[in-house]
Amino acid sequence: MTATHLFQAEQLVAGYDHKTVIHGIDLVIPSNKISVIIGANGCGKSTLLKTLARLIKPISGQVTVDGKPISKIPPKKLARIIGMLPQSPIVPEGISVADLVGRGRFPHQSMFSGWSKKDYEAVAEAMEIMNITEFANHDIDELSGGQRQRVWIAMALAQQTDILFLDEPTTFLDITYQVEILDLLTDLNRKHGTTIMMVLHDINLSARYADHIFAMHEGKLVAEGTPSEVITSTMVKDIFGLNCTVIQDPLCGSPMVVPRGRHHAIR
Amino acid sequence: MRNDTIAFIMSGRRQRRRRWVLVTCSLALLAVLLCCAMLLLGNTIYPVKEIVRALFGEQVKGVSFAVNTIRLPRMLAGLFSGMAFGMAGIVFQTMLRNPLANPNIIGITSGSSAAAVFCITILHSTNAVVSVASVVAGLITVLIMYLLSRGRSFSIGRLILIGIGMQAMLDAVVSYLILISAQQDIPTALRWLTGSLNGSQMKELPPLLITVIVLAPILIALSKHLSLLELGEQSASSLGLNTDKTRIVLIVSAVAMVAIATATTGPIAFVSFLAGPIATRLVGAGHSNVVPAGLVGANLVLGADLIGQFLFEVRYPVGIITGLLGAPYLIFLLIQMNRKGEL
Repeated sequence: MTATHLFQAEQLVAGYDHKTVIHGIDLVIPSNKISVIIGANGCGKSTLLKTLARLIKPISGQVTVDGKPISKIPPKKLARIIGMLPQSPIVPEGISVADLVGRGRFPHQSMFSGWSKKDYEAVAEAMEIMNITEFANHDIDELSGGQRQRVWIAMALAQQTDILFLDEPTTFLDITYQVEILDLLTDLNRKHGTTIMMVLHDINLSARYADHIFAMHEGKLVAEGTPSEVITSTMVKDIFGLNCTVIQDPLCGSPMVVPRGRHHAIR
Repeated sequence: MRNDTIAFIMSGRRQRRRRWVLVTCSLALLAVLLCCAMLLLGNTIYPVKEIVRALFGEQVKGVSFAVNTIRLPRMLAGLFSGMAFGMAGIVFQTMLRNPLANPNIIGITSGSSAAAVFCITILHSTNAVVSVASVVAGLITVLIMYLLSRGRSFSIGRLILIGIGMQAMLDAVVSYLILISAQQDIPTALRWLTGSLNGSQMKELPPLLITVIVLAPILIALSKHLSLLELGEQSASSLGLNTDKTRIVLIVSAVAMVAIATATTGPIAFVSFLAGPIATRLVGAGHSNVVPAGLVGANLVLGADLIGQFLFEVRYPVGIITGLLGAPYLIFLLIQMNRKGEL
């Protein structure tokens, strides 16, 4: 089971060069749970995630793990606690799947060491979880988009971190693969207790898979809680500007957003 | 099941490793053979025994001069500059994920070349000053290019195009300096325009030898870090790499290697550009190809110099031969990139 960490952001202000995108956010990521950040395009979801994963330096405020600012933790040590899958990772040409997944072992290796037994274990486990063992010795170029996405997640898993950030892991994938990826991530969370924090575009999938939802609007955190607490028609109107009815998902009872357009009469 | 998976991954890795070792050893062997050929071949072919005796410091009439003063420095200059160009080339190509992003194409060699020519022909500087000036000029070229290509967001395509422009400008500076300098003989001009091993002297070699011996291990030690940079800024930092620091060490080391090699032999055309892709084609991608690229670079320079010296009636400088090899590949890459819409 993965270690429990107190991961929090305090008065976080962040952005790029001259533009502030995140305007003072306080949050605690629920340990060993799946959390999803939702919000409209450009509301700062991705920036928040990157700042939490130390890919962007905050303008003010701080991110702490167990009370210690992440900027004070040596990068390699931090990389054994938090892992991050960026939105569009860059595919190097001609590399085999196993070698790519193995790059996730970097924070556990010393400068010159080859693969230890532990490295092999971790890579094998990650590939089994993501169901890609059969591709181990294939070139990454030969795989489809959905398979590639599983390879990237496997690389993050091989890193064996307690907390995993994912920036839209299901974008550009067919609905079948979206569900498959989210199922695999749920397996990971239930079996290993890995804390997962991700940005998802699809509000209904978010409602179904999240234990906890953070709703953002214009760089601020406007609501958080369980999906049924957060996803209400008023909230959807406020953050997405969308008129909708929220019903219960017929399969699992999670809230489900049914948008109202202008062209369909209401029964 | 877990053990089967591990065995499966291991067997694949072992196979790739075996190929790497096999190819790298063959490349090293080829380099050794070419080095021997460089010592053996010449206007007069001396018996091997006499060459060895001369190399070990015995005075053998005629042989000592030909081998120790002409052939040995030529061979060492070719071997070490080739390794320097090859290693530095692949570092840039991997870091920027583009075969065109190469010291040879984006003007870093030309910057060093211009500084070296200026110091030699105008200031008549010592070797040490020439070396330092060419390294500094190489780094300044990188800096200017980086600042110019930064724009709103950094783009490698823009960096390459700006680099090609800088290269043309700096080459014009080199030509101008050669024209106005007093000693406008053709060999010197050719050396600074395309690179040549002609007239390599033992006393010019120490900076190159020291640079390669000191910096090659640094580049090799950082090859794991380099392979993370290849995954992009975000993945690399998520994996715990200090990307800024790594990049600076890699750039400074690679530029120093290219600059000093250029100051010694001139900008031997296209070697740093060709070595990386050839090495990757031979050993496969995904592992550290710094060593194979260095060996391919050395083989290219030594092989091309032997061809230039002995295959034709006229002796051509090595850079003309490598230029003939490299130019078609450059055109091929440009067409390919244009098709993919990367330029």
